[in-house]
Amino acid sequence: MTDRSDSERDAEWEMVVGLEVHCELATATKLFCGCRNAFGDEPNVNICPVCLGLPGALPVLNEQAVELAMRIGAALHCEIRPSVFARKNYFYPDQAKDYQISQYDLPLNADGWLELPDGTRIGVTRAHMEEDTGKLSHVGASGRINAAEHALVDYNRSGVPLVEIVSEPDMRSAAQARAYASELRGILVATGASDGRMEEGSMRVDANVSVRPAGSDRFGTRCEVKNLNSLRSLGRAIEFEAARQIGVIEGGGTVEQQTRHWDESAGRTEPLRSKEEANDYRYFPEPDLVPLAPDPAWQERVHAGLGPMPADRRAALSEALGGSPSTAETDQIRAVVDLGLDGLIAAAVDAGAPVALALARAANEVAAGGEAALDLDPAAFSELLALEAGGRLSATQSKAVLGALLERGGGDPAALAAEMGFEALGADTLGAVLDQVIGENADAWARFVDGDDKVQGFFTGQVMKATSGKANGREVAAELHRRRQAASAT
Amino acid sequence: MTPPASGPGLGATTALETAAAVRAGERSARQVVEEALAAVTARDGELNAFLSIGADRARAQAEAVDAAVAAGDDPGPLAGVPVALKDNLCTRGWDTTCGSRILEGWRPPYDATVVVRLRDAGAVALGKTNMDEFAMGSSTENSAFGPTRNPRHGGKVPGGSSGGSAAAVAAGFTPLGLGSDTGGSIRQPAALCGVVGMKPTYGRVSRYGLVAFASSLDQIGPFAATVEDAAVLFDVLAGHDPLDSTSLPTPAEPVLARLHEGVAGVRVGLCRDLVDGCAPDVVARVREAADALAAAGALVEEISVPEFGFGLSAYYLIAPAEASSNLARYDGVRYGLRVEGEDAAAMNAATRTAGFGPEVKRRIMLGTYALSAGYYDAYYAQAQRVRTLVMQAFARAYESVDILLGATAPTTAFDIGAKVDDPMAMYVNDVCTIPSNLSGHPAVSVPFGAGDDGLPVGVQVLAPALDEALLFRVARVVEAHAPALAERAARS
Ligand SMILES: [Zn+2]
Repeated sequence: MTDRSDSERDAEWEMVVGLEVHCELATATKLFCGCRNAFGDEPNVNICPVCLGLPGALPVLNEQAVELAMRIGAALHCEIRPSVFARKNYFYPDQAKDYQISQYDLPLNADGWLELPDGTRIGVTRAHMEEDTGKLSHVGASGRINAAEHALVDYNRSGVPLVEIVSEPDMRSAAQARAYASELRGILVATGASDGRMEEGSMRVDANVSVRPAGSDRFGTRCEVKNLNSLRSLGRAIEFEAARQIGVIEGGGTVEQQTRHWDESAGRTEPLRSKEEANDYRYFPEPDLVPLAPDPAWQERVHAGLGPMPADRRAALSEALGGSPSTAETDQIRAVVDLGLDGLIAAAVDAGAPVALALARAANEVAAGGEAALDLDPAAFSELLALEAGGRLSATQSKAVLGALLERGGGDPAALAAEMGFEALGADTLGAVLDQVIGENADAWARFVDGDDKVQGFFTGQVMKATSGKANGREVAAELHRRRQAASAT
Repeated sequence: MTPPASGPGLGATTALETAAAVRAGERSARQVVEEALAAVTARDGELNAFLSIGADRARAQAEAVDAAVAAGDDPGPLAGVPVALKDNLCTRGWDTTCGSRILEGWRPPYDATVVVRLRDAGAVALGKTNMDEFAMGSSTENSAFGPTRNPRHGGKVPGGSSGGSAAAVAAGFTPLGLGSDTGGSIRQPAALCGVVGMKPTYGRVSRYGLVAFASSLDQIGPFAATVEDAAVLFDVLAGHDPLDSTSLPTPAEPVLARLHEGVAGVRVGLCRDLVDGCAPDVVARVREAADALAAAGALVEEISVPEFGFGLSAYYLIAPAEASSNLARYDGVRYGLRVEGEDAAAMNAATRTAGFGPEVKRRIMLGTYALSAGYYDAYYAQAQRVRTLVMQAFARAYESVDILLGATAPTTAFDIGAKVDDPMAMYVNDVCTIPSNLSGHPAVSVPFGAGDDGLPVGVQVLAPALDEALLFRVARVVEAHAPALAERAARS
């Protein structure tokens, strides 16, 4: 075999990716019982005969879950259809009934699409409702399944409502797959259907990956890759898997249809089970539930109630910036919309803050606050930006106060600034300090008056030192220039 | 031949009489319960109708009823009436075995809706009755805890799967019983034991807390010695339950109020397909019942619904298919029997191998096969199409008649052990009862004299969906004209 560059190889092969995304719905209660739907509680506290699958217990469909599922369908431009729940039968210890209630041949939402920020449309085959399983943990020295002494099941998650969103195999790169997952996450959050947190498992992504010779219109054999816990893993796993399949084919082999597990630390996919070992799920209509056919009025209400989606919100920010944002601003816009911080910007702008400043602070300092960013009080943010825009706080000071606001989960920016010693110096004080600094550095001042701008920084630094950083840099610069002009004029 | 024991109702107190006496303070509920417990102690060692007796809770419940009476509160329409519960109805903190080793010792943390309704009506749950394992069978011989004997003849089966409840009522242990009917499991044992057994319209009585056999067919219903008692029990059970999605939202019309309106002008179809193939003595009783209805003013005609003949095959695909899924949960993970194994899959297999009896295993395998990829269309989907055919056939029949009449079971009670090794012979017992389960329609078996062997014969009355009022009215007329059991036996 001859050595070829990656780009040569890429030119010969095309990867084909479809994603299956499981989204936990943010309902108050579970899909078929009244138990609390909550993440992070003590094990086995949110349980009842229904979600434990006890003999004789029966499911009753949660209306709020249907509403949220329909919102997802509407946001993904799906057709909402009469649907039927089915039983997917397989034995697994975390599955209370040893069958999962899921929609099979008649899903609630079908035939939709999602548009990526670059304008590419990815088909959405279906978005159907189903219940989650319990959570199994293996207990033993190493924590590995094979070495486990026993296993424990937490049924808090059993019966939590899920929507599974299945895309068409329309993606052609790992970057596109990441963009799809990211955009979908934004849509799920925007509909209020989910918090979209991959780390907590409320959004779980499986990737179907195959490769084919560039230009071919036939699909190769696909492998399903599981355990993708972040967008980064998603990208890495797809890259690895496509390369692996190309390697197999170029080595004269054939790709076997498999379910594969992404090992994040090893950076590779490993086979979980092959097609031959796959379950025959023996689907049949769930006799304990009646068909679900949301009436047109309900569908109408769902459509009418949908708020702006991420694409709309990006467009609104771009518009507010004058319609042609810079590349940096475009990145900032994507970041703040992804993080759901655009509401914060809108509030600040409404209160009079400059859009660019609000965008920059939100995309950088606020975004860096992680979880705390979502709890930041819009009023406090607006007030802080007003102080900065009005020159009462320097950029450095403003960022410091913002950091404190995020850390403390709120507060009064002016009071915080004062507490941090950031109250602006009075004009008299600044004048007195400048008098002293100029007096102590007569040579440097002479050079500055002669037009040597390089010493401006020196003077600013001296003033800052003398005032312990309380002076506003812009005001210092303005005063220096005013005095130079005055000195030159005499 | 052992002469048949005297039938229920012969001098026995009905549920309505008992409730009236308790409500009036003439008898205490506690006294009624003690008498029932004494009767069970005296004879159930021989019959094995009960798997467990809840003496202490029954006494406590009875005392609560007596306290209500003493306080002048309404103790309910079934005040102090002992009831036998089939052991697939969940009772909080009280063993619910389904006649299976796999659930031996399992105590549900909740009560079935029907159990709550009974308690609210003042009835007293006396015991849990024997049944074919997971309600799969027609003789109660498939119980893991030994067969129940027919109170009319100790060598005969009581029918099944609700054989324990039928026997408890026939033996006079309790005036009322609850069973579940998936393919005839209330009506067939009622016929074989000589009591009234009724299957309501699917969705009329909540299934919440009924351990599922075949969810789309299962329905809980009453056993009683008289049609009137069955009617009052039905009225207590019927109604919407938000815990069961298949429960019908329409309010239940009380049937007791219209029980004695007679059958003048009612069009009755004597259904050839529900008597053909039955034993001649059974056919004779059904024809006599038809004559009695005609004499009472009904317009009787013979009709044929040949599609009923497909019912048995469709049923024995649909019911096992649903059962294979419903019974998957008995996996040893969280409740019931566990037999340890190398890993989870081995533990599942060992538990199920040890915990299920042969008939349950047979049906799980049958159902699993019927749902498998590549066979689904030929078996399960085809059976569903046949089910639709049967429903359409019923609809056509009810264009020309108001009620259908036929046999409940093809023969009188058969010998214990006679059919245990021949599943097909056993399955054929349900041929006349299955169509109503497939269509979801109500039907009732009413005792109507005896066969040539002196054992009870049941006549089956079938009605359209939700027409329980008419069903009970007709059943009451059939009952009123039924020859007494002993009289029949003497004649034969
Ligand atoms: Zn629950």
